[in-house]
Amino acid sequence: MTTTLPTSRETPRTAGVMPTRRRSRSLRGRPGMFTSYAQELRLFNTRPKRIWVRLIILGALFIPLAVTDEWLRLLAVGYVAAIGAIGLNLVTGYAGQVTLGHAFFIGVGAYTAAVISGDPNGSTLGLGITFLPIWVLAAGVVAGLCGLLVAPLAVRLRGLYLAVVTLGLVFLGEHIFKTWDAVTGGPGVGRPAAVPSLFGYELDQDGPVFSAMQQMYLLMLTLLVIFAVLARNLVRSKVGRAFAAVRDRDIAAEIMGVGLTKHKALAFVVSSFYAGCAGALLYTVTGFFDPGSFNLLLSVQFIAMVLIGGVATISGSIMGALFITLLPRLVQELPSLLPAVSSSPTEFPNVFQVESLLYGLLIIGFLIFEPRGLFGIWIRIRSYWKAWPFTY
Amino acid sequence: MSELVEVVVRGLGTGSVYALLALGFVVIYRATRVISFAQPAFMVAGAAAVSYLSVEIGYVLAVPVAVLIGAGLALAVERTTIRPMIGKPVFVIAIITLGVDVVVRVFVNALIGADVRQLGDPWGLETVALLGVAVQQRFVASFVVTGLVVAALFAFLRLTRYGLAMRAVALDQEASMAQGVSVGKVFALSWALAGGLAAVAGAFVGTGSGIDQTTYIVAFAALPAIILGGIDSIGGAVVGGLGVGLVQSLVAAYQPDVAPWLGSNFQVVTPYLLMLAVLLVRPYGLFGTPEVERV
Repeated sequence: MTTTLPTSRETPRTAGVMPTRRRSRSLRGRPGMFTSYAQELRLFNTRPKRIWVRLIILGALFIPLAVTDEWLRLLAVGYVAAIGAIGLNLVTGYAGQVTLGHAFFIGVGAYTAAVISGDPNGSTLGLGITFLPIWVLAAGVVAGLCGLLVAPLAVRLRGLYLAVVTLGLVFLGEHIFKTWDAVTGGPGVGRPAAVPSLFGYELDQDGPVFSAMQQMYLLMLTLLVIFAVLARNLVRSKVGRAFAAVRDRDIAAEIMGVGLTKHKALAFVVSSFYAGCAGALLYTVTGFFDPGSFNLLLSVQFIAMVLIGGVATISGSIMGALFITLLPRLVQELPSLLPAVSSSPTEFPNVFQVESLLYGLLIIGFLIFEPRGLFGIWIRIRSYWKAWPFTY
Repeated sequence: MSELVEVVVRGLGTGSVYALLALGFVVIYRATRVISFAQPAFMVAGAAAVSYLSVEIGYVLAVPVAVLIGAGLALAVERTTIRPMIGKPVFVIAIITLGVDVVVRVFVNALIGADVRQLGDPWGLETVALLGVAVQQRFVASFVVTGLVVAALFAFLRLTRYGLAMRAVALDQEASMAQGVSVGKVFALSWALAGGLAAVAGAFVGTGSGIDQTTYIVAFAALPAIILGGIDSIGGAVVGGLGVGLVQSLVAAYQPDVAPWLGSNFQVVTPYLLMLAVLLVRPYGLFGTPEVERV
């Protein structure tokens, strides 16, 4: 009697997930319950995720109708920064290779695109190919090749050694950008950015339907969605799991058969590719960059985006990038709220100082109090409402 | 020949500043296994303190006070932001120090202001005859003071109880804890020492030329120095710092004639090139301990 009882209880429960009939089916009202591994790994593994992502993209498509060009430009810059932040998150968040050299790859991408699309008869080098996909991809590929050059160092070095070496890369890059004025125009002069043109149609001129800024906004939104989905697909694949294994314990991963050299190099190449594309687009959206601006501060800003958004999350990178991009604009509003903060750069608590102070404090604060970043805050809110009115 | 002597003295003088900063990095690394990116901020904090105090009490008295300020600042940073993070991955702590650097420098830059500030040092651009060659006094002074500081640091580590505790923690944190060493105190002491060393470096970084808001970049050249010397080697930090200073000064003197196509200010990036070259051959630096990792 007592021995048969457990079996009779077990039978109906295990019947649905017998290994012989593995079928992925979701249960109504149980979005967190997966009946197969493939189901958990899907791009949108729960229904609310699928619905919300679609709603957010749809909402973002209608923003141009509602806000001014100034805010559209900021949001477009934010989307492009998000592409760069996703790239940094791939190498630092997913593959665990700490790099301070992101600004260098951003710069490489920006100038590659500018050269390819530049005026062949201008004062700086130019090839005159303005077709957008070509210069974006070329910027990514050239930056990716630079990443491949760094990869041997990444394979030999670990942890903070790598951080210091990539820091050196930023200083080297800054020097090259400042010196090579045939490409960059030289410090204080600069050069025009790449011209975004699609099938002979120039997106930075007012079109028949949309204004120039609205076109740029929609372009950047489209590209961000493409790059984000690509990154999400990468991290849920075999390569993505290998990245995570390398991050968590590289020697253990190697013993399990994960090729360290291959995956560390791959992480750097993919991340640099993203950075290169982001650099090309960033240059186009903002219109002007001084060769000295691809410096340590830019790298720190990208690190702040990743850390504030959420390490090893794609949606977090986007949130962090938007937050960091909108921060200066929000800080500009401060003088009207806090009379102590001045908008003149010569007085002590001015907006520029408050801005860098906030970067620093936010990095410190998030790392100490919410290491999972904005994404973690969202998870907390979600769990609270999931269990409401109970606390857990 | 006389130019070479002058260049070497200049190199050793600026190299001393790098050596002092590198010592700070190494002291913190040995205790906590973290590279503190906050050293540049402590250096400019020390320099700003000297520039304000030397007007009131003279340069010679201002330096020790600035060292105390630097040490106190570092101690405060350690207490508030580093201590809560013990046991977290070193990468996270390193990024926190990057944030600390940004925050501290906002305040220091406000003190420095938009223009160049003089430190009020007694040397200026005066020269002294050495081996029959006129060399600038400030480089000799910074070299001599660094020598004294390094000797004092070695004596401290070798001869005192706290020095022994610091060496023990560097060797094995858990074992030293089991022997009754207060690891927390060693952490605090290491940060304070590093802050003080950075302040000394700050007192010499702007002698003659003054300091401005971009002076902190100088301190990053100490990072290649520690990587060159080996990140956990105190002697290596001194050798690396002096070596970086020497190479920089030699490049600054001869590169504009030999290879002008490398651009102006090429000497600024030579430490990083040197670091890349050494790392490809010896990933743990010249005097560092090779890392052995178990699964």
